[in-house]
Amino acid sequence: MTESATELKRFAADVDAWMAENVPTQPDFLLPLSFLEVGTEQQLDFLRQWQRTVFEAGFLAMHWPTEYGGQGADPAYQAVVDQALARYNAPILFNTIGLNWVGPLLLDIGSHEQRLRYIRPILSAEEIWCQGFSEPDYGSDLGSVQTRAVRDGDDYVVNGSKIWTTLGNFADHMILLARTTPNLERKYDGLSFFLAPMGIAGVDAQPIRKVTGEYGFNQVFFTDARVPAGTMMEGEGDGWRVAMKTLEYERGVSAGQASGHWIVSTQIDDLIADLKGVQRDGEPLFQDPLVRDDTVKLIMEARAMALGRKRMTVPALNTDYPMGLALSSKYRGTEYARRMKLFGAAMQGGHSALYVDDPGAIRGGFWQRAYFSNFGATIGGGTTQVQANIIAEHVLGLPK
Amino acid sequence: MASVLGTTALSLSDEQAMLMEVARSFVRDQVPIERVREHLESASGFDPAVWAEMVAMGWSGVALPEAVGGAEMGFGAVVPIIEALGFGVVGTPLMSTILAGQLLVDAGAGAVDDRLTAIASGSVATVAFLDGGDWGAPQRSVVVQANGSLSGCKHFVGDALEAAFFVVVCEYEGEPALALVDRSALAAEALTPNALIDLTKRSASIDFSGVKPEQLLTGATVAEGIERYRLYGALLCATEAVGTSHRCLTALVDYMTTRKQFGKLIGSYQALKHPTVDIYCGVEDARSFVYHAATLIDRAADPSDIEIACRMAKASATELIGYAGDRSVQFHGGFGFTWDCDSTLFIRRAQWTRQVFGDAGHHRKHLARLLLDPVINSG
Repeated sequence: MTESATELKRFAADVDAWMAENVPTQPDFLLPLSFLEVGTEQQLDFLRQWQRTVFEAGFLAMHWPTEYGGQGADPAYQAVVDQALARYNAPILFNTIGLNWVGPLLLDIGSHEQRLRYIRPILSAEEIWCQGFSEPDYGSDLGSVQTRAVRDGDDYVVNGSKIWTTLGNFADHMILLARTTPNLERKYDGLSFFLAPMGIAGVDAQPIRKVTGEYGFNQVFFTDARVPAGTMMEGEGDGWRVAMKTLEYERGVSAGQASGHWIVSTQIDDLIADLKGVQRDGEPLFQDPLVRDDTVKLIMEARAMALGRKRMTVPALNTDYPMGLALSSKYRGTEYARRMKLFGAAMQGGHSALYVDDPGAIRGGFWQRAYFSNFGATIGGGTTQVQANIIAEHVLGLPK
Repeated sequence: MASVLGTTALSLSDEQAMLMEVARSFVRDQVPIERVREHLESASGFDPAVWAEMVAMGWSGVALPEAVGGAEMGFGAVVPIIEALGFGVVGTPLMSTILAGQLLVDAGAGAVDDRLTAIASGSVATVAFLDGGDWGAPQRSVVVQANGSLSGCKHFVGDALEAAFFVVVCEYEGEPALALVDRSALAAEALTPNALIDLTKRSASIDFSGVKPEQLLTGATVAEGIERYRLYGALLCATEAVGTSHRCLTALVDYMTTRKQFGKLIGSYQALKHPTVDIYCGVEDARSFVYHAATLIDRAADPSDIEIACRMAKASATELIGYAGDRSVQFHGGFGFTWDCDSTLFIRRAQWTRQVFGDAGHHRKHLARLLLDPVINSG
């Protein structure tokens, strides 16, 4: 074993010990399954405290530079922590838009001053971030957004509305894509990107209830809100380019995220453990030949994706479609998760009809809620169908 | 509880990378699809000059020990070669010969060196395995009788007409055995060629009744060798299917980026685009499984991990090529339905690949046993 491998192993043992000591027990209220469903102050306070604890222990963004709050460590260290967080079923690190999209973006193309100003409060969860990309009329068609930002002195006056804004009602800042120049021949050239404050006059977030029954996203209304011109990333008209870069981090195409622990880990192993006791036609569920076949298909899919992630590290096995595995990971992963969770919800016999409020529900209705909740992943950040277009066009070279 | 998700070992050695490079350029430069097509309806199904070159490059002995003239690069070295041949839809007796050689290595314990030397220098060999159409059967209906001669028939014996000798899976005194039979020991009428759905493949039924084998291999290693043959065969057929499916994908993309209908390139229609993306994802998955299995075999990993990996490779590649071949015919429109369209080769290959060494359902059934039973029977 190399010196660094020995060190990593020792570190893993330290992390294990810390988790055993510090991972809180499940509170008496329901925690969200991902950062997309933080709906109550109670949940917010709990998760804020937990993220702060992890950060202060030095287990968050370990691979980010020390001057901005990281540890300057190899990314392998954060991976060890993320695996341990999943293994200990720890609460999620919920400030995901800051941790995994804005943080890496700032480290990539932000100025030193922007990094100093924003990154540490992202890590400590003192400042929550949201994303203002989609609008009521433009979701997948992001290039057409209409929210206007008009320069007036040292500010831009913003009018319009953003929607599906996760954490919008709790956020301190928004990465905002707005139109600074209308009616250009190339609509993309009229967009600009702001690190906009949320606590200013004229910004109003209205929570929207989801199919799961929970809250978490909002419609945000801008009415003559004065966003300081100094919060613009890059220049006027560079918004599309910056937004596309952000999406690379959001979709996991580019690496550098602070932590992968933004969703309650849900594996096929959990499904088998939870459903082992279910009876079907008078026999244990997993004796049924069709159920066994479907389960094996799901196991194979999960394993194929894990192997794909491993194969990304072997350049000689990526010469045909160099970016293919990375560009298809959201398409594959989110759709797999949806079908796997649906299977978990559907294979419970009569109990499949129960939802989270029923005391008789298997594992508190986890699978039913997880299935619904997963649409956030197959729709948000570019729908599955848009992802398929991206793969077709950018990996296979098919025409638009 | 142990995870059903298992190991993710996957690597490629420098030798494998080099072989991949060489095999890919060989197929591209020496065996264009027109050359393959010239032999679709010939007796052998391949060009002897192509086979001779493959032998000259050492491919028949790439995994065999140096002592018998092989390159001793490990079984994983076969994978990039077979993948490249699959891409070219090249039918030669290479896969049959390599599998026969590997079975002799696994079961023979040194008593078969002259046979292995012959294979390394280009003798065609094949395993006479199937008793009928059931890949999952024990395959022991050919029996060594008291007088030392065989009784019974074998079916779908790959490359039988070209083979210099046969490794016959049979039964001797109630135990599995391997009988080595030279082609010269068979009367011409003992072989009945099949009319195969894949025009690049050849096989025959063989009546071994009354034939005295030159050599009989018995003992514990034989049974193990036969089980490994099932898995290695599944892996190589999966590997070939990955190559062919990849070729099918590139042909499809070429057509979709040149053919116009309603004034637009047909590749711009999402009804065609999205299934093509799923073919692409299938190629990536099956390819990962194949190289994962190759990695585990070369590392002499836990036998059940190897079994799982080989079965996943075959289940995955079988579904992939079936879908790719089917959609390729459909998406090429009227032309796709013609003999001259290469989709014909792909969809025919897909039907052959599905059954050989067991179809996807067969392997998933065994995977359920391997993956689920230990978990559901515990605690």
